Amino acid sequence: MIIKCPYCGPRDVIEFTYQGDATRKRPDPSSTDQNLWNAYIYDRSNPAKSHREFWLHTGGCRQHLVVTRDMSTHSISSVGFARDSKHAGDQ
Amino acid sequence: MVDLQSPLGVTFIPGDHGNAAGGVGITLHERTNISLIQVTAWNNTIPTVLTAIGSATGVIVQNKPGHGRVAGEKSVFGFAPGRFMVTGATPDLEQRLRAAISTDLGTIVALTHGRTVIRISGSRVEWVLAKLFALDFSEHAFPVGTGRATLHHDIHTLIQRIDENSFDLYVFRSFARSFWLTLGHAAEEVGYRVE
Repeated sequence: MIIKCPYCGPRDVIEFTYQGDATRKRPDPSSTDQNLWNAYIYDRSNPAKSHREFWLHTGGCRQHLVVTRDMSTHSISSVGFARDSKHAGDQ
Repeated sequence: MVDLQSPLGVTFIPGDHGNAAGGVGITLHERTNISLIQVTAWNNTIPTVLTAIGSATGVIVQNKPGHGRVAGEKSVFGFAPGRFMVTGATPDLEQRLRAAISTDLGTIVALTHGRTVIRISGSRVEWVLAKLFALDFSEHAFPVGTGRATLHHDIHTLIQRIDENSFDLYVFRSFARSFWLTLGHAAEEVGYRVE
């Protein structure tokens, strides 16, 4: 799989570290709803379609990225810096 | 004054090695007596920091991914957003950069004793480097002066193209000897000279 880093250009996936689902939302820190926190920490939808996820370009510019990847074909439709993303969850 | 010791130690053996039947394909050389400074700008100060680097070194680079320039012993290149490696033979390079770049503009890390710079040059340089790094080393994809951050067997390496047939490889000092030996093995096929 090749990920096109917005700074470094296309690089092999071996240079990147997967950092998880970029769609989940952190609950209100003051919330004591255990089901809500349990879902935030453990529940993943694992869709067989396009999915937004965090990747770190560990072996390159060391930037956090938001990658939109099709989970069934591994085709990548977009890559951007996580800090520029308005839809990368609130981690 | 304490003498600087090369981390390559006894593995640095000047002379010709490997298959030299077809001539010497590449030359390996450790760059010494240089200062290595990493400059990092804040998100909103990158153009100002580049101007400051230019005033301190005389080398001006643009705020474009991997852009860099080489001027004799001096070189500057970007390897991440707002991050630049500045190299020079001037002993006071760090002081000059610190004078030009306050903490309002960015940060400076002296890496002179933390990195080893190996210059690899010769007609077969792209062939040998392609064995180690998953990058396109052709000149249209990797122009003279530009830099790249990449991995070699999970070990971080910075690479700058010096000219058509030369690259500088910045590796962690503690891994330099291992990398040097690996580089020698990769170069045996084409014959290499250590100088």
